[in-house]
Amino acid sequence: MTDDRSKNGCAEFQARLPELIGSGAVASAHPHIQSCELCSALLADLETIAEAARQLFPIVEPPNDLWSHIELAIKSEDGDHDAGLPHPVHSN
Amino acid sequence: MPNSRIRTNPPDSLIPELNEAAPIPAQENKRVTFGPAAPPDPAEADALSRAQAGDHHAFAQLYSLHKRRIYSLCLRMVGNIAEAEDLTQEAFLQLHRKISTFRGDSAFSTWLHRLAINVVLMQLRKKGLSVISLDEAMEPVPDEGPGRSFGAPDLALSGTIDRLALERAVADLPAGYRLIFILHDVEGYEHNEIASMLECSIGNSKSQLHKARLRLREALRANSRAEAQL
Repeated sequence: MTDDRSKNGCAEFQARLPELIGSGAVASAHPHIQSCELCSALLADLETIAEAARQLFPIVEPPNDLWSHIELAIKSEDGDHDAGLPHPVHSN
Repeated sequence: MPNSRIRTNPPDSLIPELNEAAPIPAQENKRVTFGPAAPPDPAEADALSRAQAGDHHAFAQLYSLHKRRIYSLCLRMVGNIAEAEDLTQEAFLQLHRKISTFRGDSAFSTWLHRLAINVVLMQLRKKGLSVISLDEAMEPVPDEGPGRSFGAPDLALSGTIDRLALERAVADLPAGYRLIFILHDVEGYEHNEIASMLECSIGNSKSQLHKARLRLREALRANSRAEAQL
């Protein structure tokens, strides 16, 4: 019976979790968290993942020849404008 | 209740155009440090005004200033080098076409960042990939359901995460989840901005982000379990 109540509490809390986190509220202050080790661990993990995301995917350099492709495409477009042609359709 | 999910293959005309009539909210992009409050870079401001006047060399200078961030953004969003190169090219072509419409209501780099995101989204839709597909949204995620047991505390993440493992897990996310995770947790956009970009409800954005994080948690825990068995 106690276990059922606990499961219901977890279900209710987890159902509200996306909105709770998304609203910027302090989810760790929720009463359920104070008494539920599993939901507390879940919340801690989600917060750790969100925090770690800020360090992901460093800024990288594009290949050196990319500008020459862009330049060529710009000149092609400009040439089309000069000739009164429509914009080319990009295949990418 | 209206269906707030992204339509599959919407016509391009439904993708919001980037223009000065729809300025980017002031709180945009808490993670991108070149927001509206940042002092303008004199070199960029000079190059910008000359590029707007049609100076090709000035446009090349703008490319040099912003190529890394735009390319990195495209690479994060699509996870594929060749596609990221194509999208970076398309973003700068769009910039060349639209640069004269920039009037400085927001920081130029913020405006360009948003333009690049729109280019990526447009390309994904052209390829027939809905940004948030119904299938993805309805697909059960291990351990995500309310009331399910989601693991004993000893299997919880330790508080530190292997960055490479997390990057791999992000790359393995379904496209819709990955997009929202990248936009919110990596790029720093707010849910209201993401909802506007992806044409979905704010609640949907929150829900999809939550599911993305749950998937990542599960992947990281599986990774930890596999490493523990070695």
